[in-house]
Amino acid sequence: MSDSSQEPQVYLDYQATTPVDPKVLSAMLPYFQGHFGNAASRNHSFGWDAEKAVENSRKSIADAIGASSREIVFTSGATESNNLAILGVARMYKPKGKHIITCATEHKAILDPAQYLVKEGWEVTILGVDANGHIDLDELRSAIREDTVLVSIMHGNNEIGTIHPIAEIGAICREKGTLFHTDATQTLGKEEVNVQDMNIDLMSASAHKMYGPKGVGILYVRRRNPRVRLEPVQHGGGHERGARSGTLNVPGIVGFAKALELCLEDREGEQKFVASMRDRLQKRLTDALDHVHLNGDENARLACNLNLSFAFVEGESMLMGMHGIAVSSGSACTSASLEPSYVLRALGVGDELAHSSIRFSVGRFTTEEEVDHAADLTIATVNKLRAMSPLYEMAMEGIDLSTVQWSGH
Amino acid sequence: MVYSEKVIDHYENPRNVGSLDKDADDVGTGIVGAPECGDVMKLQIQVEDGVIKEAKFKTFGCGSAIASSSLATEWLKGKTIEEATEIRNVDIVEELALPPVKIHCSVLAEDAIKQALSDYESKQEN
Repeated sequence: MSDSSQEPQVYLDYQATTPVDPKVLSAMLPYFQGHFGNAASRNHSFGWDAEKAVENSRKSIADAIGASSREIVFTSGATESNNLAILGVARMYKPKGKHIITCATEHKAILDPAQYLVKEGWEVTILGVDANGHIDLDELRSAIREDTVLVSIMHGNNEIGTIHPIAEIGAICREKGTLFHTDATQTLGKEEVNVQDMNIDLMSASAHKMYGPKGVGILYVRRRNPRVRLEPVQHGGGHERGARSGTLNVPGIVGFAKALELCLEDREGEQKFVASMRDRLQKRLTDALDHVHLNGDENARLACNLNLSFAFVEGESMLMGMHGIAVSSGSACTSASLEPSYVLRALGVGDELAHSSIRFSVGRFTTEEEVDHAADLTIATVNKLRAMSPLYEMAMEGIDLSTVQWSGH
Repeated sequence: MVYSEKVIDHYENPRNVGSLDKDADDVGTGIVGAPECGDVMKLQIQVEDGVIKEAKFKTFGCGSAIASSSLATEWLKGKTIEEATEIRNVDIVEELALPPVKIHCSVLAEDAIKQALSDYESKQEN
């Protein structure tokens, strides 16, 4: 890439990760040096201090989601939490059945462990989604069988921002007597999350999506009505009541709790601000450009998320033109697999729109100036690339691209 | 994707963007690729006395697809039909220092050249 030091850098990839809030960092710092103890050291003050910090954090996180302290398992992040939920439940409840249900737009940290279980003889039902990214609740209801041990449906989608009706899904699972896991990585600290009201039995979340540090997550595991039991995935010391062995990441855990506390201080106010930045960006882009398609649900959508397909231009070439703007694309050329986004494909938008997609995500530190600069550069890049796009030319000539015989390669 | 300076230069300053009259007898057009694959190249040549006088392209695709087709038009201009048939994708890969995952962009450019040449030649037969 060209020299990036000369250009203003605008970060619009808050759904990938967020900067650590300075207040979170301040809360964490004492636990790297002065209070560096191992929370499992039971016979000196270093250990006691660390344990106290962990337990205070655990209590504050539990209170925030309507849980009790003993229901919070600390992990290394949402990927580990998701693996522990899927694999841990599957192995513990094997005598009950060998069927789990999830959906096509889940994060790979759900889909991959689920696929792994298929190799172990499990049956996995992957529910499809409609054009907005929603599952059909009746389809979910009828997919739940006698031998279904777990339903895992994410709260907010990381690519398209679609928010699933978690309370309704939780109620269906409760009624049917199957456990319900949700990946709330994109929503904790942002949307309303309450494990009681929403009938959530297991829930994953991560600190680094809400202005906390990377490398720390939680798995909420319900202990009453019903009591959820897990077969551990990681063995070695029996930490976290045997659910997850390994020395606790004390500064990370303190950072998680502080980050969540800050998010909840004025959750609705912050979400309103974030949505206003997103809406400003969306309006500027769609006012200036035609043939822009919104991916996801216009309404039931994360406040930070704006996933747009700019028809007739390819995502990676757009990123090349948007110097200094940090965003993501669903284009194949930007992925390690060279496949376009499976989430967008699941919506049925067509591969060509997946190749043309850009995910903008705004956050706490986004400014109007940044939004305007990003919008200007995006508009200029789309216009420049459309001027050299054979597809745009054909569309302007009135040719229906879907009727063209392409040669492929 | 970290690209070579040459790819970035072709992306920033694409040579010979545009279209020629595809129905003209002295114009050959090649359109290769597919939107669902993420790249479509249109490459056109205008031939006078067996020499390519003009070459134009339009490309939907990533930076290296744009650069490959831009470079192809640069190379085509002034070449005879015979010389043009000798352009190989490996030459494009070498010139642009394309990474392995982008080699297919150069293949597409070679295909576009061949198709444009054969379109021109079929027009001459009729």
